[in-house]
Amino acid sequence: MVTNFFSDTYAVLWVDLRNMRRHWKSTIATSLVLPLLYLVAFGYGLGQGVNVDGVSYLAFVIPGIVALTAFSISFNGAASKLQVDKFFYKSFDELLMSPVSSYSIVIGKALIGVLRGSISALAIYVVGFALAAPTLLANPPFFLMLLLSCFVFALFGVLIALVINSHQSMSTFSTVVMLPMTFLCGTFFSLSQLPDVAKAVLYFLPLTHVSNLLRTTVLGQPFPWLSFVGLIVFGFAFFVGCMVALKRSSV
Amino acid sequence: MNNFIYTENLTKSYGNIKAIDNLDLQVERGEIFGFLGPNGAGKTTTIRVLTTLTRSDSGFASVDGFDVRTEPEKVKKVIGVVQQHLSLDRDLSIRENMEFHARIHHLESSKRKKRIAELLEYVELTEYADKMVDALSGGMKKKAAIVCSLLHEPKLLFLDEPTVGLDAQARRRLWDFMRRLNNDGTTIFLTTHYIEEAEVLCKRVGIMHHGHLITVGKPAELRKKLGAVAVETLVNNKETRCEFFQDRETANNYVQKLPNDSATVIIRDTNLEDVFIERTGEKVGDS
Repeated sequence: MVTNFFSDTYAVLWVDLRNMRRHWKSTIATSLVLPLLYLVAFGYGLGQGVNVDGVSYLAFVIPGIVALTAFSISFNGAASKLQVDKFFYKSFDELLMSPVSSYSIVIGKALIGVLRGSISALAIYVVGFALAAPTLLANPPFFLMLLLSCFVFALFGVLIALVINSHQSMSTFSTVVMLPMTFLCGTFFSLSQLPDVAKAVLYFLPLTHVSNLLRTTVLGQPFPWLSFVGLIVFGFAFFVGCMVALKRSSV
Repeated sequence: MNNFIYTENLTKSYGNIKAIDNLDLQVERGEIFGFLGPNGAGKTTTIRVLTTLTRSDSGFASVDGFDVRTEPEKVKKVIGVVQQHLSLDRDLSIRENMEFHARIHHLESSKRKKRIAELLEYVELTEYADKMVDALSGGMKKKAAIVCSLLHEPKLLFLDEPTVGLDAQARRRLWDFMRRLNNDGTTIFLTTHYIEEAEVLCKRVGIMHHGHLITVGKPAELRKKLGAVAVETLVNNKETRCEFFQDRETANNYVQKLPNDSATVIIRDTNLEDVFIERTGEKVGDS
C-alpha cells in the first residue's frame, strides 16, 4: 500500500518531470523574469536608502520577492500543466481511470509545482543573498519554510485547476485573486503600516503568512508560530479541497 | 458469470436531460459489442459510467462482476479505455506515453521495457516510438492510444469511436487490429457512427437513442427482424422511401406493382442503418 503510494506519486510526477526536462531552460528563465524585475524596481529603484522595521528596504523586500516567487511559480507550475492535461490533452482522464489513488494524484501533481517553485525561489534568494549578504541569513528554518510554502501553494494550484473548468475562469482568478495577493500580502511593505481591519483581512491569505515566515527566518527574527500554524491550516484545507474536487471528478 | 458488463436501470442525468435512461445492458465475455447511436444518444456517458469517470444517479452497473460505484479500483484493473478524443500527452514521445501508462497501471519495471517493445512491434510503430505524438499521422496516433491502453493487458477494452477522422485504409487496418485483439481474448466494447464498422466487426450491437437502449442483438438477426431485403424508391425526385421484405421474390413483386413513373428503385440487402432509421427515425450520426 505504502509502496504503491510512493511509486504512484512518482509515476504522476514522472510525466511532468519528462516534460520539464524537455523545456527546463525556458521554464526556469521565464519564471525568473518577473521577480528579478521586482527586485530591480522595488529593491533598487524605489527602496534606495529606505529602512523598514529596522532593516534596509532591500533586505526587507528580498524575502518578500522570494515569497511571491514561491507563490506564483509553485501555483502556476502545478495548475498550468494540470489544466493542459485536463482541457487539451485529456490525459488527466487517463489518471482518473487508472488504479492510482487520489492521494497520489494530488501529491504527484503538486510536486512539479514544488520543484519549479523551489528552484525559482532559491535562484532569487541567491541573487538577493549576493546583494544583501550581511543581513540575510542562510539558515535551515528558512529553507524548510520555503519548501513548505511551495508545497502549500502547489496544492492551491492543483485545487484551482481541478475546480475551475475554463481558461477564461482561470484568467479571471489570476487577475482577481492572484494579482492582489502578490502586492498586498506583506511582500513589498510591512503590514504594521496598515489599519487593523486591513491587517485582519490579509491574515486570511496564505501569502501573508509565507512573507512573514520567510522574512523572519532569513533576518534571524523570532519565529512567527502563528503564521506557521496558519500555513499548515491552509495546506490542510487545500489538500482536503483537492480530494473533494477529485472525488467529484470521478466515481 | 458470462456477462462482462451488466447494467440494470442505469440512469444518469445532466440537469433536465437524461443522458442514460434506465439502461439494461449485458455484454458477453469475449465478444465485440457495438454501441450505435446518434450524437447525444448517451453512448459516451455510458462508457464514462462504466469506466468510473462519471457517477450514475441510480441503477446498477458492474464490470467483470465488480460494482462500478463501490469497487472502482477493481474495475480499473480489468479495463483499458481509448477515449473519443486523443488522450495522449503531446509533449511526450510515444514511448514516453507508454512508459507513463505502464507506470500508472503498476507494470513492474522489469517487465515494462519488454511489454512496450512487444506492443510497439504488434502495431508496427517501433520505428516511430521516439517521435513526438504530433509528428504522427491520425491512424498512428490512434494505434498509439490503443497500445497505451493495452499495456496492463486489460480483459475488456472500451473504444469510443476509435476510427473517427481516419481515412478508409487506416480504418480497415484498425479493424484488423481490433479483430486480432479480440481473437487474443480481449472483450471489446465499441461505440461507432459507422454502420459498416459495426456490421463487419461486432458480434452483437445495441442501438441507443435519447438515453434508451432501443434494440440489441446480432446484426443479422436485427436485419432479419426488419426484413432481409430493402426496396428504396425515390419519390418525386425528393424523398427516399424504404420498404422491407423477407425475401427477394416478395420484393420483386412489390417493385413490379409500383407505378411506371416511379423514379429510381433500388433493391438491396437490408443493413444496420435501415434498422437504426426504422427504430429511431434518424440517421446514425445525426445530432
